[in-house]
Amino acid sequence: MSKDVMADLKRDHIVKLLSKGIRVDGRKFDEMRPINIEKNYIKSAEGSARVHLGNTDVIVGVKMIVGQPFPDTPNKGVLTTNAELIPLASETFESGPPGRPAIELARVVDRGIREGQAVDMEKLCIEAEKEVWIMFVDIHIIDYDGNLFDAANMAAIAALKNAVVPAKRADKGEDFPLPVAHEPISVTAVKIGEHILVDPTYDEEIVADARLTVAANENGNLCAMQKGGEGSFSVDEVLQVVDLSRRLGAEVRSKT
Amino acid sequence: MGGTPLPEGIKLIDENGKRVDGRMPDELRPLRIEAGVLKRADGSAYLEWGQNKVMAAVYGPRECHPRHMQDPTRALVQCHYNMASFSVDDRKRPGPDRRSQEISKITSEALTNVVFTEYFPRTSIDVYVEVLQANAGTRCAGLTAASVALADAGIPMKDLVASCAAGKVADTMVLDLGKEEDNFGQADIPVGYIPRTGEIVLLQMDGDLTTDQFRTGLGMAVDACKRIYEVQRDALRRRYTIPAGGNEDADNPEVR
Repeated sequence: MSKDVMADLKRDHIVKLLSKGIRVDGRKFDEMRPINIEKNYIKSAEGSARVHLGNTDVIVGVKMIVGQPFPDTPNKGVLTTNAELIPLASETFESGPPGRPAIELARVVDRGIREGQAVDMEKLCIEAEKEVWIMFVDIHIIDYDGNLFDAANMAAIAALKNAVVPAKRADKGEDFPLPVAHEPISVTAVKIGEHILVDPTYDEEIVADARLTVAANENGNLCAMQKGGEGSFSVDEVLQVVDLSRRLGAEVRSKT
Repeated sequence: MGGTPLPEGIKLIDENGKRVDGRMPDELRPLRIEAGVLKRADGSAYLEWGQNKVMAAVYGPRECHPRHMQDPTRALVQCHYNMASFSVDDRKRPGPDRRSQEISKITSEALTNVVFTEYFPRTSIDVYVEVLQANAGTRCAGLTAASVALADAGIPMKDLVASCAAGKVADTMVLDLGKEEDNFGQADIPVGYIPRTGEIVLLQMDGDLTTDQFRTGLGMAVDACKRIYEVQRDALRRRYTIPAGGNEDADNPEVR
């Protein structure tokens, strides 16, 4: 993430407030911003959702086509996740092929869906070794005010939950709802100085030392994790974020 | 991970609690590190870890290209992780893919944490990690080698970063997954750790873990990093020991 020239000034301000137990927008350290999810927002997609997480605005569209399975998983559908940080969303995003931040975002959201076994991929097999459903989860960032990881994750889960496999269009029988088995939800926290804050805004994110995203399933098990940023976490801090994720994730899940 | 069924005849943990390659759960694969193996590079390291073979080279501090990336206050640590096309069973298409870009990003971040970047404003410190032969755990091997190469280049650092993964196979928490364990295991937790300060600078996770299993795995990985750290230090000591025949070695027991 490119450094804002104001970052140093903002950091002083943010840290000063944090030491008094206050976040810039008045939230508690373990409080997410308001979440609003519009399901089925894009009619041309097989499934979709638009998520407002505070001012962060993300659309995820799921598209499906018939294609070949990977040789090592002949009886499973294929998941492909892609993220576009389009210049519309922030002055820090540039057009062109996806850079490392976009790739990391897509891969972390992908990991949550894949490792959390959100979709029963075996039910996306049409004919083993020949034909399976290929599922594209495309993440479009519309407005960037921090914490794209969680906004994209909840949009993806919400989109998967209302997706319908377009079997009729592809001449493969009747349409059926996408078989969603689990709902892995990620919660991201950042570390600023000594403080751990969940769901960072853009300003909090650019001044943060490090970031940790933890995805957990509805049974409380952990399925994916990613640390980012140049700072560090202690073992205890990692475990603290794990607990936060499990606790706050349940709330988020009920909204998808 | 998690989804792939185990082929017939393979037992990830046998009756005696031993793993596929005969190791105990907390046993690392044999690790050997050599510092200063390349002539042209400013610093380098070669690492063999089980069947992994990894070369790391450091160039810099040198002028930062592209120029707009320059930071007037500090150096940029830029890691480029690359897998040779012949490093895996099925030929890998040459050039950066999304996986290698993500690994490059998190490795750069982990290394930036230990380098005194403010000593070298406007410069770039380029770290090239080349995986010659891959057998699971290459991001940990790459990070471990890269920090030795940085030290070999004489770059001032607060410590080396040591890196190792823990994971879950057949419901048992183990260290340093091998290839079969990576393919058919249930979870993987790569960790990058600074032994001197106890900071975690790289952390990922995928698979399915309870909180207790994660806590155990993280503890095992941290402990392993401390052991790996000794191998790193030993490599540097061997590199900078004055060879026998010189007169300065009187108080150096390492010299034979």
